[in-house]
Amino acid sequence: MVRAVSADEVAPTRHAWRIEAVGLSVKAGRHLAVDNLGLTLGSGVHGLLGPNGAGKSTLMRALATVVKPHAGVLRLLGADAATTRELRPVRRRLGYLPQQFGYYPRFTVREYVEYVAWLREMPASAVPAAAQRAIDRVRLTDRADAKLKSLSGGMLRRAGIAQAIVNEPELLLLDEPTVGLDPEQRVEFRELIRELGADACVLVSTHLVEDVVAACSDVILMDNGARVFQGLPADLVRHGETGGVGDSAAERGYSYLLKQHRGA
Amino acid sequence: MTAHVPPSALAAYASGSPDDAAAWTIEVHLEGCAECRDRLGELATPPLRALLGDAREAILEQARTGPRPVRRRPLRRWWLRWTDWSLLAWAAMTCTAILAAVLLDRNYPDQPSAVLLLAPVAPLAGLAVAWSRRANPNWEVVAGTARAGLELLLRRTLAVLLLVAPVLAVAGLAVGRNPALWLLPCLTFTAATLLLGSRVGVPLAAAVLGGGWLAAVAAVSFTGGAESARAAAATEALLRPATMPAWATAAVVLTVLTALRAEHLRRPAG
Repeated sequence: MVRAVSADEVAPTRHAWRIEAVGLSVKAGRHLAVDNLGLTLGSGVHGLLGPNGAGKSTLMRALATVVKPHAGVLRLLGADAATTRELRPVRRRLGYLPQQFGYYPRFTVREYVEYVAWLREMPASAVPAAAQRAIDRVRLTDRADAKLKSLSGGMLRRAGIAQAIVNEPELLLLDEPTVGLDPEQRVEFRELIRELGADACVLVSTHLVEDVVAACSDVILMDNGARVFQGLPADLVRHGETGGVGDSAAERGYSYLLKQHRGA
Repeated sequence: MTAHVPPSALAAYASGSPDDAAAWTIEVHLEGCAECRDRLGELATPPLRALLGDAREAILEQARTGPRPVRRRPLRRWWLRWTDWSLLAWAAMTCTAILAAVLLDRNYPDQPSAVLLLAPVAPLAGLAVAWSRRANPNWEVVAGTARAGLELLLRRTLAVLLLVAPVLAVAGLAVGRNPALWLLPCLTFTAATLLLGSRVGVPLAAAVLGGGWLAAVAAVSFTGGAESARAAAATEALLRPATMPAWATAAVVLTVLTALRAEHLRRPAG
């Protein structure tokens, strides 16, 4: 059986970056949580680090097209995210796991993942197989037909990851994906995002410095809505050699860079 | 498929002698050509036939004893896509309010009809809940998807109207009123909520319009005081058969304006 190829798939890429933000400001309520941020991200796994209240989740929301940027330019997959007209095709190619992953308790994992696939306008014939594959990839196969309310915290988080990756997104945004996962599952998760990052742009927001060092090709450090540092995990580790507090070199690098930024 | 595999090549393939490149060429052709597969089947030697027979048995056995395919539930899927769980609690509340209105009408037939006064705003609470950030645990995931926007909003609006309309119809029959008197104002207020919602968010729009209507009704009723006949005239003046063409026109105009502002609903405010 020969698969039909849609015009979308053969269209040449016309953008240099999957995510391109220039002077981006985003409000959370009345507070300007992201302030004049510049960011360019291509494919690969990018780790977004920062203390509580640094504006990570607000930035993720803006990138997921859930909130409108207050000021500045935000281009996602080449389309302007401030223009609502261009949102629909971008949203089909986007996957998002919010920090507060709410769900309807009566859905089964499969129903939920298929529901999200439908919301992202996947072709109906592709939905069951894609949902099964997403559930397999997060190792929830044996609980696929269990109700969401019967799942543990870590399983729910994995169901959340499954819904985010079901449409094979080109832009995958995961806000605190490793909360509630045990060490073994975290290792499996890192493997999964490395696999996904081969083609897609994966942005992972987290508090866990070691997750970033282990799985990410790139680190972004935020504080007070601004970018403090962007570089390789090895750079972060190298900064740790100069000073800072923490148990590992990466943690020392993290605290050193934050201190430098706040001191400046 | 114009060129079939020559018999000599097929015989060589069946006996397992061609090199990899030749085998690939033949296999690619075989995948799409039933005729050549048949010819290959005739060429198979007894040991190969026995092997294929065993494989077939094993596959059938696995299909018999393996896990059953997951049962598809089209009705349930349909329900999940057209409504939202958060609507159920709200539906019970609206039904109770309409029932109370029917009882009021029955007990005080000389007062303005509570059913007619409630009808325009009956679906608004449902609309607010169906599109509210707080009532939908899943809001953040849904809001960032391609279908979020007018399509999803219209699906839920329709679900709300289909839940409310039968209850209102029964209530209207119970108090003996013309169906148009409650249906048209109901549709007009729904369209107005969607239109205003495209600017300020549907929950706020529903609160403003529903609250405004109820406050106006309450104000007129209370100032009427003892002269209940005058109060009745004032509140029911808007809901007479003569005003129905105006309500219908307003409903159509507001619906068209909402459709024109569809893109603004893509990123729900509130």
